[in-house]
Amino acid sequence: MRHVSVTVNGTLRESDVEPRQLLVYYLRETLGLTGTNVGCDTSTCGACTVLLDGQSVKSCTLLAVQADGHEITTIEGMASDGEMHPLQRAFHEHHGLQCGYCTPGMIMAADSLIREAPGPLSDQDVRLGLEGNLCRCTGYQNIVKAVLAASEEMRAGSPSA
Amino acid sequence: MAQVAERYVGSAVLRKEDPELLTGQARFTDDITMPGMAWMEVVRSPFAHATIGAIDASRALAMPGVVAVLTAADLEGDWGGPLPFVWPITEDIKVPTHWPLTKDKVRFQGDGVAVVVAETREQAKDAAAAVDVDYTALPAVVDLEEAQRDDAPVVHEDLGSNVVVHWVHGGGGDVDGTFSSAPVVVKERYVQPRLIPNAIEPRGCLAMSIPAQGEFTIWSATQIPHIAKVTLAGTCGIAESKLRVIAPDVGGGFGSKLNVYAEEALCLALARRTGRPIKWVEERTENYLATIHGRGVIHDVELAATEEGKILGVRVKELADMGAYYQLLTPGIPELGGWVYMGPYDMQAYWYEFTGIMTNATPTDAYRGAGRPEATYVLERAVDALARKLGKDPAEVRRISLVPPFDEPRAAISGLNVDSGNYEAAFDRALELAGYDELRAEQRSRRERGDPVQLGIGLSTYIEMCGLAPSNILGALRYAAGGWDAATVRCLPSGKVVVSIGTSPHGQGHVTTWSQIVADELGLTPDDVEVLHGDTMVSPLGMDTYGSRSISVGGAALHAALQKIKEKARRIAAHELEASEDDLAYEDGAFRVKGAPDRARTIPELAASAWHAHNLPGDVEPNLDATAVFDPPNFTWPSGTHVCVAEVDTQTGLTDITKYVAVDDCGTVINPMIVEGQVHGGVTQGIAEALYEEAVYDENGTLLTSSMTNYEVPSAAEIPAFTLDRMSTPSTTNELGVKGIGEAGTIAAPPAVVNAVIDALSGLGVTHIDKPLSPERVWRAIQQAQGGAK
Repeated sequence: MRHVSVTVNGTLRESDVEPRQLLVYYLRETLGLTGTNVGCDTSTCGACTVLLDGQSVKSCTLLAVQADGHEITTIEGMASDGEMHPLQRAFHEHHGLQCGYCTPGMIMAADSLIREAPGPLSDQDVRLGLEGNLCRCTGYQNIVKAVLAASEEMRAGSPSA
Repeated sequence: MAQVAERYVGSAVLRKEDPELLTGQARFTDDITMPGMAWMEVVRSPFAHATIGAIDASRALAMPGVVAVLTAADLEGDWGGPLPFVWPITEDIKVPTHWPLTKDKVRFQGDGVAVVVAETREQAKDAAAAVDVDYTALPAVVDLEEAQRDDAPVVHEDLGSNVVVHWVHGGGGDVDGTFSSAPVVVKERYVQPRLIPNAIEPRGCLAMSIPAQGEFTIWSATQIPHIAKVTLAGTCGIAESKLRVIAPDVGGGFGSKLNVYAEEALCLALARRTGRPIKWVEERTENYLATIHGRGVIHDVELAATEEGKILGVRVKELADMGAYYQLLTPGIPELGGWVYMGPYDMQAYWYEFTGIMTNATPTDAYRGAGRPEATYVLERAVDALARKLGKDPAEVRRISLVPPFDEPRAAISGLNVDSGNYEAAFDRALELAGYDELRAEQRSRRERGDPVQLGIGLSTYIEMCGLAPSNILGALRYAAGGWDAATVRCLPSGKVVVSIGTSPHGQGHVTTWSQIVADELGLTPDDVEVLHGDTMVSPLGMDTYGSRSISVGGAALHAALQKIKEKARRIAAHELEASEDDLAYEDGAFRVKGAPDRARTIPELAASAWHAHNLPGDVEPNLDATAVFDPPNFTWPSGTHVCVAEVDTQTGLTDITKYVAVDDCGTVINPMIVEGQVHGGVTQGIAEALYEEAVYDENGTLLTSSMTNYEVPSAAEIPAFTLDRMSTPSTTNELGVKGIGEAGTIAAPPAVVNAVIDALSGLGVTHIDKPLSPERVWRAIQQAQGGAK
């Protein structure tokens, strides 16, 4: 077992983990944060996307030990003070989810995409930016709509925008 | 009490399901754990066809955390019967016996030969890899035509042949006469590859038992908890009354979870053996091997027509890949399509038959649309072939062949009654939205100037048979169950309403849609309504979710229960208001005395009266609740026209969809936002089928497309934005007038896309390419048509 100290959704968590444990199972099974889902095991579908120090990563492709000393944000950490994050709200308002299984990963990837974009996003920027996240239900049109809407709100609300 | 004037039915009410899904609070099967839980892993065959010699578990048993390793022989006494197959479509169908683990021989790559139980997921996987199975490989057969040959390897020796079923639709009209006298006959052959459904949530289940009571509960990522309950009880030898099946949050199905699988039975059996909760969750590669595939068919189709292009008849012979076993419905899938090869066209002759073939490959079964996409693809491709042969515009050939509008049931040439239809309206609107005439002008100009990027316009006019299904028809078709569904409405004394219903969503937003129906009928808001579903203890009556039935059958049952609620409430209101029942008008959830509208009782008030029961009419039972079971008198028949506009780069073979128009008629619309979402998703799966997806086996029966890295599920980057519109021709099958929308996109889109690509290239002499239209296939077809390299 290896000891890891990971700040998850703002709280420092200390755990002993198997060296081979994947980050996604550390989150799901060691910490009980089941909002992050597993869809493909090959880093293709993106259902397991979380933020590592603010950047989107596929948590089925990292080991838990690689997160030692880093900050992780999962879908459970997106709402604050009982208020949904603009992306969560936009997915609701624009019907950007159906079964909801890909949604946590999709939202984390979109958050990273929006924050890292140098300027306003176009429809095509969102489609290309989210190509590592697969959805089988929505046909993506409403996901794109939701991400564009949230992007405007996040940029308007951000001091540097 | 405040009255509610707003109508919820017809409004884009935001989904009640969303908050938990958006915040990570949903509970999918893999999110559920139990104290003392152990993990199951299935030892699967790497060979498609092999005999099984000794199975040596000693290495596995010595590994840390391993609880047990069990083979088919070990578990022989655990079963009440084989896995369920419920649709023996003909009297003489050959039916292989399908046990949860195979004993002497494996018949497809992924066939289960043993199970490992261990303390953790990882220990179970490690140990499964250490079970040594002595396989002797046999020649495999995966090709449908090869499988029919006398010298072909036989998948099931006891059946004597791989040809296991031949189903013949009795025909409609004078088929031979029509085809022998028709001025024009086109004959085509289309191959539709196997597809992998790819719900993003893999399958999984968790079984637990209370040994002292002989009780079992299984949580399963399934579309069909009720059908699973009755069938798993049989397979596992558990009294049905002692088995509870729960479908928690389910992450997509598309038919792949419309099944009862070996792993569900195995988890139950192992929970019984060990007394511990047993969990299994598949990996994606395992999903590709051990969860059903769709399609996998070859059609020979003929269309008879006049010189003008008026379609006179259709004659179809199909070969259908069953895979290595039947799953729940396998041969029923092509049969389901066997009723809709006339499409929306007015024909005088109809013939359909299919032959089911066993192969050394994953069993096939329902994939979104189930039989109807196959039929629609064949018909719509053939209509374009007819137009090309006649030198006519494919829009014109369709227009003159469409059945005129009708709003009472009309007998179709395939023998079923279509509930209602207005095909021309959707057709005209779709062409208008696409800008059809301008597109044809643009196409001409590109052809004339030899533009390397050619433009194609693909049409697909479709109908589908939904709302499965009238029980008497299912009986006539030899299906083992009925097609009814059930709903219970309980009006609580606090004014809230609880619905329990027998179908269960896995992404379709039914909870919101059903709540809208209840809200309007009872004068409440959707938030006043709680919907319980997907648990056989909470909603004991039900036939589950498939075939676009959750609103057209489940919703119709709910509507019927609401009418019973209103009837009972009216009696209580009349009693309390000292008026005759006929003197009460019901509006917005309240009964008012005609002429004295301030004398009124609302549904919540009457629910309270019915609950405390202090002053009820003598023959009225306490509580305001009602159950209704709805057995549809007919199918529902959604319809529409889709237009795909595609640019094809003739130098690379790459297809780019520049516009996609869908005009669908699903009858009455309850939530337009949800309906549009269903069309978006359905069309996307249809585009994927046309351009990207194909399960490929090599000649040894090894699945080459074995993960998402080489089976192309499209991302947002590959999918266009859609232009949608709707027509609304209410169904005559149910009081709501609804027809269903879950499968329309997947049925309509593949031929629209393929027709567009062929249309773009027809000027170069290309008349046919089989799905999926990869750049390589398109490029090769162009080269071949131009007499170049093959």
